[in-house]
Amino acid sequence: MSSDRALLEVRNLTVDYVGEHSIARAVNGIDFDIREGEAFGLAGESGCGKSTVAFALARLTRLPGLVSGGEVRLNGENVLKFDKARLKAYRWNEVSFVFQSAMNALNPVIPVAEQITDVIETHNPGLGADGARARAEELFELVGIPPARLDDFSHQFSGGMRQRICIAIALALNPRLIIMDEPTTALDVVVQRDIIEQIVDLKAKLGFSVLFITHDLGLMIEFCDRIGIMYSGELVEVAPSEAILTNALHPYTRALGNSFPPLTGPRLRMEGIPGSPPDLRSLPQGCRFAPRCPRAMDICRVENPELRLYPEHRSQAACHLLN
Amino acid sequence: MSLAELETASPTSALAEPAIIEMDNVDKEFVLGGAFLNQTFLKALSGVSLRLTRGRALALVGESGSGKSTCARMLARVYEPTNGSIRFHGEDITSFHGDRMQQYRSQVQMVFQDPFGSLNPTQSIGYHLERPLRLHRPDLRGKAAIKAEMLHLLEGVGLRPAADYLTRRPHELSGGQRQRVAIARALSVRPQVLLADEPTSMLDVSVRLGILNLLEDLKRERNLAALYITHDIATARYFAEDAAVMYAGHVVEQGPSTSITDNPSHPYTQLLIESVPNPMRKVTTGNKRRAADIPLWTRDSRGCPFVSRCPRATAICKENMPAPVAVGPGHIARCHHL
Repeated sequence: MSSDRALLEVRNLTVDYVGEHSIARAVNGIDFDIREGEAFGLAGESGCGKSTVAFALARLTRLPGLVSGGEVRLNGENVLKFDKARLKAYRWNEVSFVFQSAMNALNPVIPVAEQITDVIETHNPGLGADGARARAEELFELVGIPPARLDDFSHQFSGGMRQRICIAIALALNPRLIIMDEPTTALDVVVQRDIIEQIVDLKAKLGFSVLFITHDLGLMIEFCDRIGIMYSGELVEVAPSEAILTNALHPYTRALGNSFPPLTGPRLRMEGIPGSPPDLRSLPQGCRFAPRCPRAMDICRVENPELRLYPEHRSQAACHLLN
Repeated sequence: MSLAELETASPTSALAEPAIIEMDNVDKEFVLGGAFLNQTFLKALSGVSLRLTRGRALALVGESGSGKSTCARMLARVYEPTNGSIRFHGEDITSFHGDRMQQYRSQVQMVFQDPFGSLNPTQSIGYHLERPLRLHRPDLRGKAAIKAEMLHLLEGVGLRPAADYLTRRPHELSGGQRQRVAIARALSVRPQVLLADEPTSMLDVSVRLGILNLLEDLKRERNLAALYITHDIATARYFAEDAAVMYAGHVVEQGPSTSITDNPSHPYTQLLIESVPNPMRKVTTGNKRRAADIPLWTRDSRGCPFVSRCPRATAICKENMPAPVAVGPGHIARCHHL
């Protein structure tokens, strides 16, 4: 269960992509917390910066990407300042990852057992080969795959099982945070449902936090406790997940919510979000959503609103309409 | 399941309207392996009957490997049926050759999933539209007439100002814009039938509705019959009037799409709908796992393909595939336990 204590505090995080002639600011000074035991979601269109944030938190940003400012604090320590040794302890012991491409995340020429024991032995050399093997068997049990299949190769597993193996590897060292970037996107809905229920079961049992990234807002609302909506590199709303559909404060959140046809009720025409996000190399003045916003005012084209807390809604939003 | 059986089971359905194109009890087998005399066959489609009518869309819904794309490819005559027939205005399409076949190809057009792969990166947008116009539209004489038609097509799919797009190349366009070009190209030959295979699944959520709305407008304006293939039952309901749910090459439920989502009758359809993300609830703990591989359906397989996963399964389900049973107006399901 989630508490109010922050596990990871992200402050003014800024990430640039450096080109030969220009710099694109993919993440523009965002602030949020991931609380202990919480599932926190980041949603938004392609290119809004949600995966860039995930990579920065894991210190996986590589050129041309560059974390150019801000802090990521874990128990008061700044993750962005970790040296090599501290980073090794941080990765996988404290924060692990599950990526979208379960099909490609596993090495096809090595049995999956080795890929799990490799992680365990690297980070926990005291355990020994037998200990690592026993832990791998335990992890397979945990994600519902018979341990007898440990010596199989990745192509012998279905897509859903491969994603479960990736989850097992992520759980290997009992991390406190698992970053999941589109973990179920390539899977069929029934498989997706199983995986998400399994993650909820494991989370209840082991108490880790999740940073969950997906374009599927419906799934995110079902799974996450709180959700941050990103647009063009900025957080435009952070709210409890149940408020995202019923009490969205930002027009972009509302538009995103209206992009998914419902399964019940009359068949009505919906409009989605006309237009496309701005080019990060030539941003509009003022609010970045203003050119597509149905309710944009004069001030929106001049001044970029800041993310503010609206305590009566328990939500934060960045929109001039609310002031 | 033949069309005749379907009509007997659901006489009031849209199926009774005259069809532009229909699949009647079609089987499709592919060779899996084995030597000459003891080959094994994968049965990709078993007794599929579908009908496409003017101004309506039929959605084919199901998971990967259920046979949806095989259906579209058979209608596009990429594959020939093993058994059963496919009729275009009553004529068997396997009898088409030469000019008649070329005519058929222009009347039945496809839009593919990947707008990055379906356009030639070395050619301009104008080239993609000009080729089909030259080959299939003898009524357009002279460069001016062809150019005017190209501009008209681009405007028709919402790419304005159209003249700006003619000289651009695919990499200069977004995924949504490319898919619009692919739709314009399909429409350039004035088809009667549009086969859309997952046309929005590679696009960003915010542009998906735009593409579906465009297809909806075109379907109405041009009175097109559309086949919409998707794994997303919510968009199937949004875009298509009718839907057919497929499992292991069998159509297990078929009817008006709202009737299917409001009153899913086959256990597989129920499982699908229950699995769709629903923001009105929270994921709960302690649920049983429901996913399983689709069984490999061969020539010798018998019974209902869903039997291994079905909560209602009994002995009879292992023996034969149930006949269609009407569960609502124009709505049939194939289950022994309805």
